[in-house]
Amino acid sequence: MSEPAASAWRTARWALWLPLVLFALFVALVLGGLLRPENRDIPSRMIGQPMPAFALRAAVPDRPGLARGDLADGRAHLVNIFASWCIPCGVEAPQIAQLAAQGAIIDGIAIRDHPEDLAQYLARNGDPYQRIGADDISAVQLAIGSSGVPETFIVDGKGIIRYQHIGDIRPEEVPMILARLKDAS
Amino acid sequence: MKARVFAWLLLAALAAPVRADDTMPPAPYAYRQLADPRAEAKAEALMETLRCLVCQSQSIADSDAPIAGDMRNQVRLRIARGEDPEEIRAWLVQRYGDYVTYAPRMTRLTWPLFAAPLGLLALAAVLLRRRFTGGRAA
Repeated sequence: MSEPAASAWRTARWALWLPLVLFALFVALVLGGLLRPENRDIPSRMIGQPMPAFALRAAVPDRPGLARGDLADGRAHLVNIFASWCIPCGVEAPQIAQLAAQGAIIDGIAIRDHPEDLAQYLARNGDPYQRIGADDISAVQLAIGSSGVPETFIVDGKGIIRYQHIGDIRPEEVPMILARLKDAS
Repeated sequence: MKARVFAWLLLAALAAPVRADDTMPPAPYAYRQLADPRAEAKAEALMETLRCLVCQSQSIADSDAPIAGDMRNQVRLRIARGEDPEEIRAWLVQRYGDYVTYAPRMTRLTWPLFAAPLGLLALAAVLLRRRFTGGRAA
């Protein structure tokens, strides 16, 4: 009676360590998740897709609005999603101006913005935009998979979205953006 | 000393955070329900399973973020136009990936989540059987 029980005990011996090993793996997984730097960016899945059809009214009186047809004109465009109430947009404004100075065509989509606030913002931060469309209900933003301001998209001459930049463009990122813009045209 | 610390804490608790937000009125259907209660119920059910893009742990039904309001507006308008809720979800997933939906989908990446419980049940059944019938055989 005692002999088979003893052999069963012996074969199961290694299995005793199994829970501990599983627990250690679990701890490693949790620590890995805790220590890895957090990334809250939600990349758009629309890269490589054509810009959806849209037509936005002019956001400021002295500038035309923006429509899909304006982007597919054979040249690569930088589409800057911004707003006057967005603080990092002001931080990125010198970089946008620098890109414009280097020959980039820059169009804006102003998210939920008043014309007066926008005019003030442009007077304060410089005004490199060829066209600015007003997106008052984030319709175009949702259609291209953008989740905040500022974001910048590169749209090639055929109207295909080539690149999404999430967050403000830093000074050191300007050459990279110019290179991507060149690739797209 | 203690009173001073307390006063500072009280001040900190009452301080209004500086808001970096727009002042535009919300989209027409961000806070307004659809007239047809059945359509509204459909929209509501969908909105509860769509994830807010900026608040990250809230559904768009729960969030007061402007972009969540704009998403609710779009969901309600599309439902009112007769679109199927799952079509609207697919439209958003096409743009933001699985991130935007709280309803889990079975994909090449997620199938183990669905298969694992079944596997564990099968394993438990085998182990229990071995234990009971094994004891009798010995």
